[in-house]
Amino acid sequence: MIDFNNIKKSFNNNNVLCGVNLKVKLAQSMVIIGGSGTGKSVLIKTALGLIKPDSGKIFVDGVDVNQTKNNQFLERFGMLFQGGALFDSLPVWKNVAFRLQRGNQKRPKDEAREIAIQKLRRVGLGPSVADKYPAELSGGMQKRVSLARAIATDPEIIFFDEPTTGLDPIMSGVINELIREIVVELGVTAMTITHDMTSVMAIADQVAMLHDGKIQWCGSRSDLTNSGNAYVDQFVNGSVEGPIKTIR
Amino acid sequence: MSLFKIVADIGRFFLQFLISTGKVSIFAGQTFSYITRPPFYFREIITNIFNIGYLSIPVVGLTATFTGAALALQIYSGGSRFNATEVVPQIVAIGMVRELGPVLVGLMISARVTSSIAAELATMKVTEQIDALVTLSTNPMKYLIMPRVLAGILTGPILVLVADSLGVFGGFLVSTQSLGFNPTNYILSTVHFLTAADILSSLVKGAAFGLIATLMGCYFGVNSTHGAQGVGRATKSSVQAAAVLILAINFLLTALLFTA
Repeated sequence: MIDFNNIKKSFNNNNVLCGVNLKVKLAQSMVIIGGSGTGKSVLIKTALGLIKPDSGKIFVDGVDVNQTKNNQFLERFGMLFQGGALFDSLPVWKNVAFRLQRGNQKRPKDEAREIAIQKLRRVGLGPSVADKYPAELSGGMQKRVSLARAIATDPEIIFFDEPTTGLDPIMSGVINELIREIVVELGVTAMTITHDMTSVMAIADQVAMLHDGKIQWCGSRSDLTNSGNAYVDQFVNGSVEGPIKTIR
Repeated sequence: MSLFKIVADIGRFFLQFLISTGKVSIFAGQTFSYITRPPFYFREIITNIFNIGYLSIPVVGLTATFTGAALALQIYSGGSRFNATEVVPQIVAIGMVRELGPVLVGLMISARVTSSIAAELATMKVTEQIDALVTLSTNPMKYLIMPRVLAGILTGPILVLVADSLGVFGGFLVSTQSLGFNPTNYILSTVHFLTAADILSSLVKGAAFGLIATLMGCYFGVNSTHGAQGVGRATKSSVQAAAVLILAINFLLTALLFTA
């Protein structure tokens, strides 16, 4: 379980997170929704240790994130970045097998390549993609490669940062379906950031709404449309009227 | 503009300078601490030695050859004013080996390598590739920074040797082909005049300039912000800082090595 305990973070007097409290249960898919610039990515990055919170603690299975040895701790996680964040200088298979070629999870080269091709196949990409470079792939394919990299070592927890941003509706549907399949199939704990309501409906078990640096509402996906929360209602309906200011 | 504002601006600039110096020093210290600690990414080190060292040879070689040739012409022309044209081989040799060879290498790798490192790392930063490295249990300082800096330190002296040799060769070509020097005498004059200390100082400068060029590229690259504009700013700042530092350190090393 991931437990965000009163997380606060500011950048140059801009209070991004103002005491976030959130619990993500084991093997559950939590989706965090909220407008652009509300600190969703910052929240995920605090869990991975990429950004240090000003105050508050994050526990993963009861262990304080800041007290753990970083590399061993990070081996439990996979991450799909918003822009894919594939390494331009490496071919696709080396991107996917990056973790399998170094550190504690190192495998022989042939085995690492085989696992990479297997994971690529899992996200719907053929072996012919393996030796291409990321720049030779479309945006949707890059997202799939990034997804394959995130699941390459069968992590326990996966973070998805805006998985469908910049993709057409069909490709978004494919990615959403893949994420859902992977979460169910691997039994992982997933935390997804998005403002795409189609993704929310496809991926989420639980949904949390982040606004003004705090979790304004948290509940199950089925309660989303009748949450009784003004923030959630405005966001879900895409309404101009409501507590969320349209000029930020 | 009021006097107070001028004083405040000077103070702000000075404080900023001190802050930057501190940050670069910490960055350098962290980099050196990783040189001795595993894991070592040998493939990355070799790739960077190839990119920084081998691929810089053409530009360094051409620059040094033309500079050596021009130097010979200038010394001959200047020396003729007081009947000292015969010192061309010696002055070309000492000028290239002690000063121009290392400085040319420093400035050329600043232009070619520092800018390239800064742009590459800054792009990796803004596209979250460096964050991705961290999430893949890989320390960016060890995987990206240390191999580049180590490659700079190792290849700097080799590039300086190339520049020194080709610079002297440029002077030799011009002197023997158009200034009427005897080739054998020219070579003998050069060899007899240069000392081991001259060459050693050149290599020390090469290592120092290789370090500065790569360190500045890495520092500004990984600390870039604000998208494409930030990448441009990081590239520009890294080259400026590397070039100025190389010239300043060159002066300090010259003072230390030759006036003590």
